[in-house]
Amino acid sequence: MARPTTLRPAERARRAAGGGQRSAPGVILVPALIALAFLLIPLGGLIIRAPWTHAWEILTRDDALDALRLSLWTTTLATGISIVLGVPLAWLLARTDLPGLRWVRALVTLPLVLPPVVGGVALLLAFGRNGLLGRYLDQWFGITLPFTPAAVIMAQTFVAMPFLIITVEGALRSADAGYEEAAATLGAGRLTVFRRVTLPLLAPSLIAGAVLCWARALGEFGATITFAGSFPGRTQTMPISVYYALESDPDAAILLSLVMLLVSVLVLVGLRDRWLRVGASS
Amino acid sequence: MNSQSDKRVSVRTARAAAGAALLAVIAGACGVSTTDTTPEPSSGGYGGNITVLAAASLTETFTQIGKTFEADNPNAKVTFSFAASSALAEQIDSGAPADVFASASTKNMDTVVQAGHAADPTVFATNVLTIAVPAANPGKVTGLDSLTSRNVKTALCQPQVPCGVVAAEVATNAKVDITPVTLEPDVKSVLSKVTLGEVDAGLVYVTDARAAGDKVREIAIPAKFNASTDYPIATLKDSQNTDTAQGFVDAVLSDEGQKVLTEAGFGTP
Amino acid sequence: MNAGLDVQAVVRRGDFDLDIDVHAAPGEVLGVLGPNGSGKSTLLQAVAGLVPVAGGRIAVDGQVLDDAESGRFVEVAARPVGYVFQDYRLFPHLSVRDNVAFAPRARGAKRSLARQVAQSWLDRLGLGQFADRRPQDLSGGQAQRVALARALAGEPALLLLDEPLAALDARTRLEVQAELKRHLAEFAGPSLLVTHDPLEALVLADRLVVLEEGRAVQRGTPAEVARRPATAYVAALVGLNLYAGQAAGDHVELDGGGRFVVPDHGQVGSVLVALRPSAVVVGRHRLDEASVRNVWPARVRGLSLLADRVRLDVVGRPSALVDVTPAAVAELGIAVGQEVWLSAKALDLEVYPR
Repeated sequence: MARPTTLRPAERARRAAGGGQRSAPGVILVPALIALAFLLIPLGGLIIRAPWTHAWEILTRDDALDALRLSLWTTTLATGISIVLGVPLAWLLARTDLPGLRWVRALVTLPLVLPPVVGGVALLLAFGRNGLLGRYLDQWFGITLPFTPAAVIMAQTFVAMPFLIITVEGALRSADAGYEEAAATLGAGRLTVFRRVTLPLLAPSLIAGAVLCWARALGEFGATITFAGSFPGRTQTMPISVYYALESDPDAAILLSLVMLLVSVLVLVGLRDRWLRVGASS
Repeated sequence: MNSQSDKRVSVRTARAAAGAALLAVIAGACGVSTTDTTPEPSSGGYGGNITVLAAASLTETFTQIGKTFEADNPNAKVTFSFAASSALAEQIDSGAPADVFASASTKNMDTVVQAGHAADPTVFATNVLTIAVPAANPGKVTGLDSLTSRNVKTALCQPQVPCGVVAAEVATNAKVDITPVTLEPDVKSVLSKVTLGEVDAGLVYVTDARAAGDKVREIAIPAKFNASTDYPIATLKDSQNTDTAQGFVDAVLSDEGQKVLTEAGFGTP
Repeated sequence: MNAGLDVQAVVRRGDFDLDIDVHAAPGEVLGVLGPNGSGKSTLLQAVAGLVPVAGGRIAVDGQVLDDAESGRFVEVAARPVGYVFQDYRLFPHLSVRDNVAFAPRARGAKRSLARQVAQSWLDRLGLGQFADRRPQDLSGGQAQRVALARALAGEPALLLLDEPLAALDARTRLEVQAELKRHLAEFAGPSLLVTHDPLEALVLADRLVVLEEGRAVQRGTPAEVARRPATAYVAALVGLNLYAGQAAGDHVELDGGGRFVVPDHGQVGSVLVALRPSAVVVGRHRLDEASVRNVWPARVRGLSLLADRVRLDVVGRPSALVDVTPAAVAELGIAVGQEVWLSAKALDLEVYPR
């Protein structure tokens, strides 16, 4: 026999409105809560341990501001470069049928799984002063990339661009090519179609990809310190600064970490609507 | 706080691994081996596993001493973690499980002692700096004065780590204003930038320059300007295997251990 | 120079090939009727340049757009066509005005001028007040008209309409249909209208070409096609019984068995016979009337209710679809399996060569 339970009016109304289940079984609830705690407790640790009393004094110190400023502008530039170069590559991957594209796709996603330090070593061997290409940059133009902000941007672009590429490629793949056909029948050449139809329709995914890319670039450490080294104000980004500060001035490290946390949260919240819309549609 | 330090340890490990990979790429040979599983009959009485946290500059010598120690004590196994002394001190402070700490400066050891993690450290070696340049000396470095030029790319250690502290002392002594392009996390990172030829010069310990073989050239720093750093060693309070830990410290202080160190270029205290 | 659209082409898409020869004169609406997969849309796509021809050529007003032999191919964007898609494909990120301004803009007009052009087209189609809306805020009928305005704003020499009313509900369809007919009549160039709806084809098209499996199976005015369907598909579309047979003067021996007495026009050889379902009389008993020359027994296999009548599916020699009133069904007590007598006047049989 089915055993009846009591259903309170509020619950009745909720179920009538098509709401989902309110109570979750323990097998799901317990690991879910553990996962949540595992993600949140370290952040709580940062907040609780932060030296709030002299926070302002630490954060307005030149070295902290230098690192923040450097991180923000290099990260933004790296994201810009990723968009300018990555979107066309994503288009190529999604819309063309060139031979060997499967391999290109695999290679493009490699930096996603590669330890960033290895990426840094690879960059050094390619663009370092004695590197494959870097040698000629140095000999012919007197340009050496390592230990410059340019190297920071390159390291960030190297690890972060794949995030943008795969996001945009996925969107292009699932996008309706019918709009592009329609645009073509209205007299738009391929470039106009791309600019006026493909790109705008892609915007939500592009923004999501750019945010991912920006966030990854902001957190970039291994490739940066390997390829660009570390010098305050020039190549010492926030993560490197945090890492060093932890040895000499843990309070500063905690505060700098909090700043990064805050910046990340602000960016994610600011773009949350688009973000969620993309998540729901894909 | 714990999760943070764990994260840092893993960053260290990743960096150390990649550093090793990098050196392997350059040298075409694998540099560091920390364990020796070949069982050998011996009279040694120490057993169990110990973890030794040691300054990056001790990589070659301690690895060698560790092998000998394991050979003498077949039941003992020594695992090393080499990094900047300041980073190691921070790890110990955050509760990293370890048995012995060997620092490249008394300052970092003092921090650990003051925090109550160790007591009665013994200085077992000293070290001085030298200018390491790539074998071809592309920056035409002749001495400390060369390092003031903007055209000479110089790598130094972070000011927090011992080799950075000593470098600052040397610069003060010689009244030169060194303009580095990068401040590396430890002395081995400085050295690898030199061996890769990415910088024209780096201030490293003589022992590191020597260990790099003919890939780098040493430009000696005059004794009147040079500064030295003391290397203290101590067992850690939280050690689960204090006997073996003390055994390893003794091995470092033994004549045989001292011989390995002096051969590598360390000074005796 | 040949005014209008000339298509004489083979288009391959995988295993399917379309082999067609059609002409549409300026101002003429050529309806392309056919079942799904018959190649209707492929024809439009080939004319628009979305797929190249594998053989033959396509020309508009004497200008060759695609020629397999010479290799000449005019890119989609450079073809003077206006394409109204079945799903409209209005750009969701642009306002209605900017959707319509798209073609003038793409062809180089300044933004302000393009918008002016767009507004005048919108006004002309009675859409002026929707200019600032997004396509997703339009009703189906409005979206259809915007799609037409967008295609016309490019001032095409040729209009392609792919099932233009298929996405609309029945009531809107009739309204929009009447309006579309007016706009098509105003359009000076040829129009190609693809549909699988016979009513739409009958109302909108000046001439029809019926496609089946990539081949044109019938051509003619809507009236001709409706009266004398050439294939079972067309017959079913226009709701006629169609029989193939051999004529011998005053009668036709049907291929599927059975025989019809027909008006003697001296026809001999292979013919088709069309018979309206409403022209067949059904009874419980044999009908003995001198004027009715064709009487044969049959059995009811199925009944279905159409709007105001009942369609009987009756098996015999020959089988037939028969329309009767619901009252007749009741009076005659017709049910599945019922034996009945069918009769048809010779004058109601349309006989024409196959």
